[in-house]
Amino acid sequence: MFVLVVGVGRVGASVAKRALERGDTVSVLDRDALSHEQLEQGMPTTWEEAGGLFTVGAALESDALIAAGIERADVVVAATNGDNTNLVVAQIAKERFKVSKVIARVLDPARAEWYGQRGGIETICGTSRAIELVDNSIAAAEGGS
Amino acid sequence: MYVVIAGGGKVGVNLARELLEKGYEVTLIEQRRDRYTVIEDELEHVVQYGDATEMWVLERAGVLRADLLVAVTGDDEDNILICQMAKEKYMCERIVARVNNPRNVEHFHLLGIRPAVSATNMILRLIEHEVPKIGLVHLLELTDDHIEIIEVEVIEGAPAANAAVSDIPLPDGSLIISVLRPDGGFVPRADTVIGVGDEVLVVLAPGLEEQVAAVFNVPSTS
Repeated sequence: MFVLVVGVGRVGASVAKRALERGDTVSVLDRDALSHEQLEQGMPTTWEEAGGLFTVGAALESDALIAAGIERADVVVAATNGDNTNLVVAQIAKERFKVSKVIARVLDPARAEWYGQRGGIETICGTSRAIELVDNSIAAAEGGS
Repeated sequence: MYVVIAGGGKVGVNLARELLEKGYEVTLIEQRRDRYTVIEDELEHVVQYGDATEMWVLERAGVLRADLLVAVTGDDEDNILICQMAKEKYMCERIVARVNNPRNVEHFHLLGIRPAVSATNMILRLIEHEVPKIGLVHLLELTDDHIEIIEVEVIEGAPAANAAVSDIPLPDGSLIISVLRPDGGFVPRADTVIGVGDEVLVVLAPGLEEQVAAVFNVPSTS
């Protein structure tokens, strides 16, 4: 599979590395050339030596998306640090480039839910998960006392 | 009429002022605390503090009863999302979006956000209008209404050159609305003769541009 990860923060970098380890072709796009370092944390080789692709460019620039290989992507993960950027990039991947699986990382639970239900793209909300886990943990403590 | 404006920069604040003056009810949303404070000094309760891409902020601003939502933040992604939510989630009938980077116009259109207004593109049009050249200038496009206005200069030998307006072979769905000459523009009559060098404004249905322009700026083959 060809996986394109847009935005190499904590989430994007880890997701990209895992996909590469599973044997996928992985391309990452980030506007900051130094994000390369984040990507190579804990890797014995450079990202490119391990077979990864790296493109520097803005997430909304069609040229950058095309250079990063969006036209042959099976999966696009939008994981920049901006919810709105992720939601727009994900929709562009779906509507314009007809990518079959598109995942957007969204921190705001409300937007994640609405865009998730709207169809087309999948939204993943780390905030909702964190709230759930913390709440469960508190509830467990209450139950135990 | 109730208008919600997202983004309290220069565009948003001036829009709010103008619309208030015209007697509209307006709410302006600004997410930066320092800007909000300055705007509040002038516009008081009209401005609300918050991120307009947050649903609760839009709801608090009364997006559900808004007749028009205008997204003019400095961030194109934000403007796209605000308009999408206003249109699809809150059933706001009319939206207007500002495009900051003209290269993003295609994204607005792809995602159904119209009209998407780019100041850069508008200035470019005006520059094209000012610089004399043979060709075709798009002066106005009302995409939703399927109408546009183009400007075209008449060249020697074109079918329209030295012809009366009523004799010019324009396709159905197009109409000459003005003639611009160095001494001023005017609305022509059926018997007005179009001269070489005249700049002609034509209102037409999208898609007819080339066919219409050819009447003015392509020499007749006969």
